Amino acid sequence: MSLVLTSARYDLLETVRIPIALVGSAFFPAASMLFFVVPFAGDEPAGATFATASMLVFSVMVSNLFRYGIGVSEERAQPWEPYTRTLPAGPLPRFAGRLLSGLVIMLISLVPVVLIAALLTEATITPARFALASGAVFVTALPFALMGFAVGYALPSKAALVVCQLIFFPLAFGGGLMSAPGQAPGFVESLAPFLPTRGAAELMWASVGDYPPHPVALGMLAVWTVALGALAVWAYRRDEGRRFS
Amino acid sequence: MSEILARAERVSRRYGDVLALNDVDLTVRAGEIVGLLGPNGAGKSTLISLLVGHRRPSAGRVELCGGDPRDPRYRRWLGTTPQETGLAATLRVGEVVDYVAAHFDRPVGRAELLDRFSLSDLVGRQTGGLSGGQKRRLAVALAFAGRPRIVLLDEPTTGLDVAARQALWDAIRVFGAEGGTVLLSSHYLAEVEALAGRVVVLGNGRVLADDTVPAIRSLVGVSRVSLTAAGLPDLPGVVATEQDEGRTHLLTTDPDALVRALVLAGTPFAGLEIRPTSLEEAFLTITARAGHPAVAAAA
Repeated sequence: MSLVLTSARYDLLETVRIPIALVGSAFFPAASMLFFVVPFAGDEPAGATFATASMLVFSVMVSNLFRYGIGVSEERAQPWEPYTRTLPAGPLPRFAGRLLSGLVIMLISLVPVVLIAALLTEATITPARFALASGAVFVTALPFALMGFAVGYALPSKAALVVCQLIFFPLAFGGGLMSAPGQAPGFVESLAPFLPTRGAAELMWASVGDYPPHPVALGMLAVWTVALGALAVWAYRRDEGRRFS
Repeated sequence: MSEILARAERVSRRYGDVLALNDVDLTVRAGEIVGLLGPNGAGKSTLISLLVGHRRPSAGRVELCGGDPRDPRYRRWLGTTPQETGLAATLRVGEVVDYVAAHFDRPVGRAELLDRFSLSDLVGRQTGGLSGGQKRRLAVALAFAGRPRIVLLDEPTTGLDVAARQALWDAIRVFGAEGGTVLLSSHYLAEVEALAGRVVVLGNGRVLADDTVPAIRSLVGVSRVSLTAAGLPDLPGVVATEQDEGRTHLLTTDPDALVRALVLAGTPFAGLEIRPTSLEEAFLTITARAGHPAVAAAA
């Protein structure tokens, strides 16, 4: 356990020492709020609350997928990462430490989203539901963090960047994050429950407001989490640093 | 016989079509300092990466401290260094040491370790801002942070100035004198001579020789004697002869004896040159003698 914390601490130190990285991860979700949620759904309390929840899921996905997908893949190409793998610790402390540090960074990047929702829209939430939503954020972060790990350990950094970009957009749209609950185009609504973004969104919607979550979507979220976890472990095991043929 | 701390048994490793290691056997026992000598591309780094558990052999078996090095339990007594002076650039020197030390049961104290490698003044500096030599010193210091029983060093003095290299050699000698075990790779015979008791010569992914330092020196300590002459008598100690643009190049283990014999024979010659051969040339000689005429022809 202490190794997990040590790992997380040094990961955070590395991030904090390049502060622009923090600004970068906070900017995208905040800008999306300002451009998409404030003008289109800001006036109506329930709509604004659900839209904010969708935007949180979107931010959680982008933050995790890119931080781990690209971060891990870039680190793997550096000699330091293979060196740490010769230290007497299994993959778990490093995985968990990274996850922990990533969650801290993610929470920081979500602060502007919540502030914008509170100050510039009619979104409302009770303290109890806020606590529930905070818990939901951690649950929804897990599958996307694992997805990032899988990409990061499986692919070289240039490929990882492209793959992350290819993945996040269809997942966001296909999961129905760009529309109010149940209001997405028909084909999206029928596809959405099978994507991890939808399960995550249903969880968030159910935690912030009066919304009955779709059981298939929640089940699929669990399936995705387990499958992506297995994929991440597999990618880690076969990784032997950068490959050249 | 003392305990075996590192072992490779009939190990091969492929990268795609390239066979980097071909049926390699190696045993390192507790208390030994073994040099792994070979030109670039001989397979030294690959062999070390297998022994530290970073890569998996394509065939055969590696063992570290009695188990599979890919299992973290068997890496508790291992010390090694990052390649190419690659350290976490934004972390400070003291933080890097603390991070590594956190993985071991009874690490060397930070102050003591930094002092031993003359890094105390740099404790608060970010590693990205260190000079190449300072990075290398820190990288090597990390190998000793966990009070290892065996240290595997891949080209530890590459890029070091003379003073830093001397300091590193001293650290390795002290560790050896205290009973520590070392396997270090190098492509300098002088470095291996200065430290190791035993030398394993690797070339083209194979173990070409595994012997004491004097025995290896007589094997790879080859000089090239070049001259222009119409014809040459039989000369002692010549291991290979080449003709090139009217010049004759003789590879020999004893250039002094060769020149004496040449002069005594009264053969007319001109433009005599003697220079030590590179390790690469010496390896070609060894492989040629080991019965690979194709390799000698390629030279």
